[in-house]
Amino acid sequence: MADDQITETAPRKFTLNFGPQHPAAHGVLRLVLELDGEVVERVDPHIGLLHRGTEKLLEHKTYLQGIGYFDRLDYVAPMNQEHAFCMAAERLAGITVPKRGQYVRVLYCEIGRILNHLLNVTTQAMDVGALTPPLWGFEEREKLMVFYERASGSRMHAHYFRPGGVHQDLPPQLVQDIRDWCDQFPAKLDDIDKLLTENRIFKQRNVDIGVVTKEDVLAWGFSGVMVRGSGLAWDLRRSQPYEVYDELDFKIPVGKNGDCYDRYLCRMEEMRESVKIMIQCCDWLMKEENAGEVLATDSKFSPPRRAEMKRSMEALIQHFKLYTEGVHVDAGEVYAAVEAPKGEFGVYLVADGSNKPYRLKIRAPGFPHLAAMDFMNRGHMLADVSAILGSLDIVFGEIDR
Amino acid sequence: MSEALKVLGEHVAAGQSEAVTGWEITHGELTVTIYRDRIEDVLTWLRDDPACRFTTLIDICGVDYPQRAERFEVVYHLLSMHQNHRIRVKLSTDEETPVPSVHGVYPVADWFEREAFDMYGIIFSGHPDLRRLLTDYGFEGYPLRKDFPLTGYVEVRWDEEEKRVVYEPVELVQEYRDFDFMSPWEGAKYVIPGDEKAEG
Repeated sequence: MADDQITETAPRKFTLNFGPQHPAAHGVLRLVLELDGEVVERVDPHIGLLHRGTEKLLEHKTYLQGIGYFDRLDYVAPMNQEHAFCMAAERLAGITVPKRGQYVRVLYCEIGRILNHLLNVTTQAMDVGALTPPLWGFEEREKLMVFYERASGSRMHAHYFRPGGVHQDLPPQLVQDIRDWCDQFPAKLDDIDKLLTENRIFKQRNVDIGVVTKEDVLAWGFSGVMVRGSGLAWDLRRSQPYEVYDELDFKIPVGKNGDCYDRYLCRMEEMRESVKIMIQCCDWLMKEENAGEVLATDSKFSPPRRAEMKRSMEALIQHFKLYTEGVHVDAGEVYAAVEAPKGEFGVYLVADGSNKPYRLKIRAPGFPHLAAMDFMNRGHMLADVSAILGSLDIVFGEIDR
Repeated sequence: MSEALKVLGEHVAAGQSEAVTGWEITHGELTVTIYRDRIEDVLTWLRDDPACRFTTLIDICGVDYPQRAERFEVVYHLLSMHQNHRIRVKLSTDEETPVPSVHGVYPVADWFEREAFDMYGIIFSGHPDLRRLLTDYGFEGYPLRKDFPLTGYVEVRWDEEEKRVVYEPVELVQEYRDFDFMSPWEGAKYVIPGDEKAEG
């Protein structure tokens, strides 16, 4: 009898709950999918399951205390976020970063980019059925996290960037080890490349899926790889250069078709470019004539050196005041953006002259990308949802904030 | 850089003279203040004008100034990938007055406006689906308003007996300590608790 009722005209529409606990949801995303058979008609992402009120918390913390919250946003590439916040504070307080500090920053931002792309590329492969790439990718990520630890004392939540530079200089051996890592990494990347790029299944799942045109890119406020995958050569490191990016030699990979596959190719190519940048930074840092300060000495944000504190009363007072009261930043507002691995990560900072931000808005690149989920998935098959989601590069730490 | 921004500021002020109430350049960034009800026209014009071409909406956010008559500022950040410049557009509103939604100009504004509504209670008229976005299902209040306490009002826990998540009023063993770092040499602009006795 049940068989009789299933006819061609019988309604096949139903609603499916995807997540919040789903291995392909990249965290805690709940998607309410309205399906017609296997075709997606509407996607309603429910986000905020990881909402921790970062922006509210930052209004109650001094500038230095606030840096730590940025590690916890996009926890795949922590230092890139700290960078945007430090740049905003620097611009308000009028601090210039010493050259060496800028190179260390760029070096660690590129490590962050590789950390992020390795995770994204390999888990995207896992989303469409390949289990080996994450195992290979995570081995390299592990090595990079050790570099994070050796510089900052922490594998992920580094708290290493400070307004005015970075907390401490890198030991020479660490720079040498990063340089050595850069030599062996492209071979590892080739392995992943061979495994995925021409893989029939991988291509079937990604080519021509989730296509975004140049017009869509602009209308939906995309940034980063989502823009470049669609053929627009836009990268803040090039177009609005910060730190020493304008002195470095690197290329901006651009896609053609704007589909999931092109975005994958862009990320693979960007990793190779990042290695190039890292090599240039390491070589610069290793030269003896380039030794020097990594933190601006003339800024109020810089703590006095330990040796100085043992002799000077004023230094001791300054140290105490810096870590209890913090620095009062002049009233004003700035928007500082960096090219984070996922796209434009911006910080809109409103200061009122006190030691805490009056308002801090975090512009997470993943937020507009996820907002376009409905638009990108319409008419696709259910199985494509996870492929598209994977190529969007979603991390809920930064979207939910 | 600032010369180009000045030219741009003058261009915007002239092109939208009926909407713009003021513009300034601070920290190398251009800020334009406009009337609330003109936002759609202004953003459409900024997007389509050949000298502006602000085709990407970067962000919409609210800022709360409880002491002002119109307590909220709504801040729009725009980017032009064609001309490689940025602009900030600001307007003000209060709890009741709606701001026209710009999701027709930039589809991405949908979520940004939902977030501003969720966090501040700013109402956007003409928005197709003004639901809460980031807060919990059934959440009450607007967390980023300055009068909303940092610790919030409710806390959740799993109840082993009822076998479900229960909501309870927040109980703190110790109040959140918000230190006043006013300099004792500069003097307070208000009476410190206990000091009023010194006078009489």
